[in-house]
This record gives sequence, C-alpha cells and structure tokens, in this order.
Amino acid sequence: MPLLRMERITKTFPGVVANDRVDFAVDRGEIHALLGENGSGKTTLMNALYGLHRPDSGRMLLDGEEVGFTSPIDAIAAGIGMVHQHFMLVPPLTVVENIVLGLKTANARGSPLLDLRTAAARIRELAAAHGLDIDTDAQVWQLPVGAQQRVEILKALYRDADLLILDEPTAVLAPSEVEHLIGVLRSLAASGKAIIFISHKLNEVMEVADRISVLRGGRLAGTVAAAETDPSELARLMVGRDIVPPRRRSSRPGAPVLWIEDLSVRDDRGLRAVDGVGFSLFEGEILGIAGVDGNGQKELTEAIAGVRAVEDGRLDLPGLAPSRGARFRDIGHVTEDRHQTGLLMSFRLWENLALKSSGRPPFGSPFWLRVGAMRDATVRAIETFSIKAPGPDIPASVLSGGNQQKLVLARELGLGPKLLLAAQPTRGLDVGATEYVHRRLLAARDDGMAILLVSTELDEILALSDRILVMYEGRAMGQVNADEVTRETIGLMMSGIASREAATGSAS
Amino acid sequence: MSEAAAARIPEVLRATSISLAAIALALAASAVLILLAGADPLVAYWALLQGAVGDGFALGNTLARTTPLIFTGLAVAFAFRCNLLNIGAEGQLYAGALASVVIGIYLTGLPAVLHIALAIAGGFMAGAAWGGVAGYLRSARGINEIISTIMLNFVAIFFVSYLVHGPLAEPPGFFHQTAMVAESARLPVLYAKSDLSIAIFIAVGFALVTAYVLWRTPFGLKLRAVGESTGTARFAGVPVNRYVFGAMSVSGGLAGLAGTTEMIGGQYRLLDFFSPGYGFDGIAVAFLGRSDPIGVVFAAFLFAALRVGANQMQRTTGLPTSLILVIQGMVILFILGVAVLEWHRRRRRG
Repeated sequence: MPLLRMERITKTFPGVVANDRVDFAVDRGEIHALLGENGSGKTTLMNALYGLHRPDSGRMLLDGEEVGFTSPIDAIAAGIGMVHQHFMLVPPLTVVENIVLGLKTANARGSPLLDLRTAAARIRELAAAHGLDIDTDAQVWQLPVGAQQRVEILKALYRDADLLILDEPTAVLAPSEVEHLIGVLRSLAASGKAIIFISHKLNEVMEVADRISVLRGGRLAGTVAAAETDPSELARLMVGRDIVPPRRRSSRPGAPVLWIEDLSVRDDRGLRAVDGVGFSLFEGEILGIAGVDGNGQKELTEAIAGVRAVEDGRLDLPGLAPSRGARFRDIGHVTEDRHQTGLLMSFRLWENLALKSSGRPPFGSPFWLRVGAMRDATVRAIETFSIKAPGPDIPASVLSGGNQQKLVLARELGLGPKLLLAAQPTRGLDVGATEYVHRRLLAARDDGMAILLVSTELDEILALSDRILVMYEGRAMGQVNADEVTRETIGLMMSGIASREAATGSAS
Repeated sequence: MSEAAAARIPEVLRATSISLAAIALALAASAVLILLAGADPLVAYWALLQGAVGDGFALGNTLARTTPLIFTGLAVAFAFRCNLLNIGAEGQLYAGALASVVIGIYLTGLPAVLHIALAIAGGFMAGAAWGGVAGYLRSARGINEIISTIMLNFVAIFFVSYLVHGPLAEPPGFFHQTAMVAESARLPVLYAKSDLSIAIFIAVGFALVTAYVLWRTPFGLKLRAVGESTGTARFAGVPVNRYVFGAMSVSGGLAGLAGTTEMIGGQYRLLDFFSPGYGFDGIAVAFLGRSDPIGVVFAAFLFAALRVGANQMQRTTGLPTSLILVIQGMVILFILGVAVLEWHRRRRRG
C-alpha cells in the first residue's frame, strides 16, 4: 500500500483549472519526482497535500486513511514535511533554535524553559544518520545555502516527517552540493521515508528519482519509472511536443563593446563581491558567466549596467553613448529578479514596456506620453514574443512568470541595445519558455548584439555561450572556449579550482 | 474615448464603489452612536445635509471649505504616488500662505492678473521649497520624510506665528495679524456671503493638471514607477533620488497653494494658527480619494460638507460637532478594512 495516494484531485481557481482529476501516489522508500512546466499544477497539487488549500473534489489517503488538511499544521502533524524553495528560516537564530521553533516538545518535561541541549543531541543524531552534517550552534545567516537547506530537511525530520516534499531543491545549489543532496535523499529513502521531488530539470529528475509523474496543463500526463524512460520522452510528456535544442552557429565577433580590467565592486553590505575581474566582450558573441549563485555575478552585471558603483579598475563601454540616460537604452538588462528590478507589477503591460523609452519618439515627448503608440507597441510585442495576455491594459502581476520574463525580454530587446546583460534569463521558466528565450538570445547574437549571459544553469551556459568565464568568490577562475570544455571542468572551476588544474583534474 | 481610457473604467468604478461603501458603512455605524446619544439619526443626517448643501449659502460655505482640502489632498496623493508620506502639508500650507501674503501686501501697483499670478506662483514655490527640504533630507541623507515633515510643520507654523507677532504685524500692532493683501491680489469673489471665490475652479483645475501629469507624462510614469518599485525604476535608468526630491517639492507646492487660496481667496490676511488642520485633513482626503486627483476632489467636497453641515446638525439635534470627526475616522477605518480584505483575498489566490 502506498504511503500517500491522491485520487482524482481537482482544484479550480477563477478562470483556471489548476488540477484536473490528478492521480498521484508515493510509496515508502521511494523518491518520486513531480515534473512539469510552470503553471502545470505542481504547486497547486502540493499545496493541497500540505493543507494550504483544499481541493474542490478528489480524495487523499495517507496510510490508507482518508485525510483532509485545513492548514499546514495538520499536514505536519500527519507526518508531512515540506522544504520550500525559499527557506523558512530565521537568520539570527541558531540551527537548533530554528529547528525547535514552534514546537512544545522542545521544553524540558513540565518546564516552561527550552531544553536546547537535548534537542541538539537529537538533531545531531538525525543528521549523522543521513549525512546531513551541520553545526547545530551556528547562526543560520552564517551558513551557506546548501547548509541552510540541510537545516530545512532536519526541521522536517525532527517533526517526524514520513513524507518529505522538496520544492525545486537544487535551484540554489552548486553541482557538488547537488551530489551531496542526492546522497542524502537516497539515504532517507533507504530508511523508509517517502520523498516527493519537485523539479523542472529533466536530467536531474532522471538521476534522482525512482518514478516520475509529469503534469501538463493541470492534468497528469503520465507516471513513468525512471529506469524505463529517457529525457526526450519526459520532455515530450511535459510540453506535449518534441523539443529541439537550438543550434548555435559559430560566432563572428565584431568590434569590442565591453572592456573590463581589474574590476572590483562591493556588495550591499560593503564587502568586496567582485575582485579584480577582467574580460572583454565583442559584438555578435555571447560570453557566459558561470558560477554558483552569489559569487559576484549580480554585482558585476549591476556595475556594468551603471546601477552599482565601481570601486576600482577599468570598465569601458566603447561605442556606447556616454551620457548616463542614453546608456540605459544602449544596454538591455534582463535582471535577475523580475519582481524587484524588472517589472512594475501593478502597472499595465504598456507602462512596463515603455518604461525605459517613455518621453522619446515614438512614445511621445518629454511633456506627454503617446499612449496609443505605447499600447500598439505592446500589442506587437505580445504577438512577436507570444506573450499569453488578453491585451496591453492588464497589470503585469496577472501574467505567469514565463510571460513576465518574455515581457522583460520584449522591452530590453525592443530598444535594440548594443549590449544585453541577461542575468538568469530563464530562472523559473518552463521548458517551452526557456527554449523560446534561448532562441531569441541566439538570434540577437546573430544580429550582432553583444550578450553577457549570467546563469547558474550549466546546461544553459554550455548551450548558448561562445566563451565561458567562471566566477568563484568574486574572482574569475578562468576563461574557456565553449567548444573545448567539458561540464566536469566547469563544475570544478565553479567550486573554486582554477582552470588549468580543473582541466588536468578532470582529464586524469 | 480612447481604448486606454476605456480600460480604466472598471478600475475607477471599483475604487469609487469601495469609497462609497465605506462612507455608507461609516454613516450607518455612526447612526448607532447618534441613537445612543438619544437623537434620531435620520433627523441628524438631514440636518447635516441641509447645513452642507441645503441652500446657496450652505453650498458656498462647503465649496469654500473644499478648496484648501483639494490642494492638501492633492499634495498628499501626489507624494504617495511616489511612495512618500507627506505629513507636512500643514507646514507647507503656512509657507505658501506666508509667501502669497507678502507678495499680496508689499508688491503693489500691479495689474490684478499679474499680481494674482505672482501670488499663486510665490505660494507654490514657497510650499515647494518647504516640501523640498524634506525631499532633500530623504533623497540625499536618507532621513524618513514622515519624521522630517512632522517636524517641519512646527517650524513653519511657529515661524509664521513669530512674524505676525512682530516683523509682519499690521501697524500699529495691536492684533497678531498682517495687513490685508492689496485689492489687486484678491481672487474674484463668486458668492460674497460665504467667502467663495474662483479659487475653487483653480483647485479643480490643478486636480486635472495633476491627473494629467501623473498618467500622461513621462515624469508621472517615472514618478509612479519609483513609487511602485525603486529597484525596477533604478534599473530602468530613472534617477530615483531626483524623483523623490521632485515629488516632495511638487507635493509641497500643491499644499502651499492651499495657503495661497486661503489668503487671496477669502481671508486676505495672515493670522496666528489660521488653518483648522487642512494639511492633516488632506491625508484623510487623499486616502478616501485613493490617491487619485479626481477622487481627491470628491473626497475634499465630502469632508468639507461634513464639517460645514455639522453646525446645523448641532443646532437641530444638540449633537456635538465632534461627531463629524467620528464619521470621518470611520470612513477611513472602513476603507482600510476593505483594503485588508482585498489583500487577504489576493494572498489566498496567489
């Protein structure tokens, strides 16, 4: 008997059927991947399981008994643990404090006082059993992302979770940390836990899961055993058609667009985030910046974009307009976080699209906006970029993540910039939208645009870049030619091993 | 009507219905209080209505009182569109009144049109300068504009008080007031019995201009962009600090005009503490008007009507005029309540 069985789960939101008669089951000791594009209903299904909302119809059986949770508190009590993509931790508290937070059992018997020592001992026991090494007394903010994720897993285990849901757990991890996480998950499964692994990455799912359920458009497209499938079948299930990776033609670099030497930039906390980096970028080529999140890529792109001060070194943009205002139109910037720095969520699509070029022809003069022209341009962008939107007058917040990203792309490419900074251009996008963004970037490159691609996805870097620069702790670990490098070499460089050693290391 | 304007209609209707519902709920809740006080709510509200708009005199009074509230409401709404809370409309109003009175008294021999225009320009600039101080402190020094504007209120109000007690006191100085502004600086009177001048048209005109600036100019779009997300605005090349400074200055200027129109539109001279808190009422007006310039006009009228009608209500039913403050407070509370409900609903859906 499976530990969890969800039968014919249906959930509708106004205007959308988010889950349409979905069947889903997980056995004890199984790692079951839930694969699907954004908006395919993965989150809705898991939210129903975790008690965040109730399905309209269908039933859920846990250990053979029908359950219906009205809040996560019920779900946790029933032995379900969830590791969210954005960690739910209190940074200034220690690991133990975070784990026992909200639990009455952390009190010494009959005492109102916390008994952290006993709790810590039990946490260490749990950690040791599954290879989750952690310093229980460290404050959470001091820990690297991978360790924070281990705290989240321990939090669930400490609450005696039998079923663990992990939402896109590898999105924030370096390749080596991913390996470690997979080891931990295997160990947990071996001890009889059931694990639901939400992801949109095909290769990863193939590697970690026993079975894979694919959702498409709110329906279950199929459940397959990992051993009996391959990535192309999964892609087909996910998208409903074959996915052809874009072909990259060899580049024909032109004049230099960006010239950087010994560049140093500080982050918001005043720490040196970019430390003596140098490289150049030419028209008609894509330079990929690889690296684990938080190794200075954000500060580097922001300095180039002109929104962060350069501490030291040289940053030249030959051929670009010298005035500050014009430069913002010469540089397209697909920012890392479309909510904070990309879009105005409550503003209309046309206001978002024309934001950077308002007050200039054809969108009006400094004294008035030509709303008609702005709306027309937006209607055209909706068509060319196949943005799913009923019209130009809806607020950006109504769009799905992928369509929001397309809107950003439409704005930044629409200006015809000489230099495009594309920071995580496909983060959170599904296979179909990712493919589309990749095609647009390659097309822009072929038209002579210089593109700086920052991505933590190695596959993306390898698929698009002509040259690759790997960043680690603010330094450039080396520059390699995309056609002559292996995944392993770049993986090693991302963990801080310089290019020459990495090359020999992976060769031997 | 253009398609873009048509697309706004459902939104405007929604915002309007929320404000109207809040007003209705506030009146209903206050009816309970009136009953408890031993009066008949229907009689009280009828008296309120009569007192506010029952005849030409009442309506004139209400419109005269609407004028400064439109300006201070616009001031707060404009700043709020840039995500700034201007609590300093009261002080900026005093700054504007001071400048206009000085121009009105001491610049003589000008044709009326020019004199009035100068008084208005001077009032706007003085208010803008006073708001700009808070804008500068915020954008260049990171000082919270709520705190600085509250403090600047005291400075402006007591500086004016000092002036009317001494340097600017009307000779021979028995009364703590300035001389009257020259005839040429006075706005044409519409209805002599109630101090109603054409200032009301100027106020409505500024509301229209403000709406145009906010929705139909690049400056307005960028200013609202800064209000929505400083990150997005900065990354799109908007000089955020300059816009913060600009928004506070314009906001201050609009509040300054409330002082100007009081001076050249009916009071004609500067007195100690002449404003009954128009600047603070402006916050509630902007809130009820949902920070929309046109909404502000209607909200200002409502608040003025409540204040003016209160006297009649007191005469008829013996209810204290301060009941009006309760109604005003409840309107705001009910709007807040709706906002919270909306927020919850959106969260549940997302």
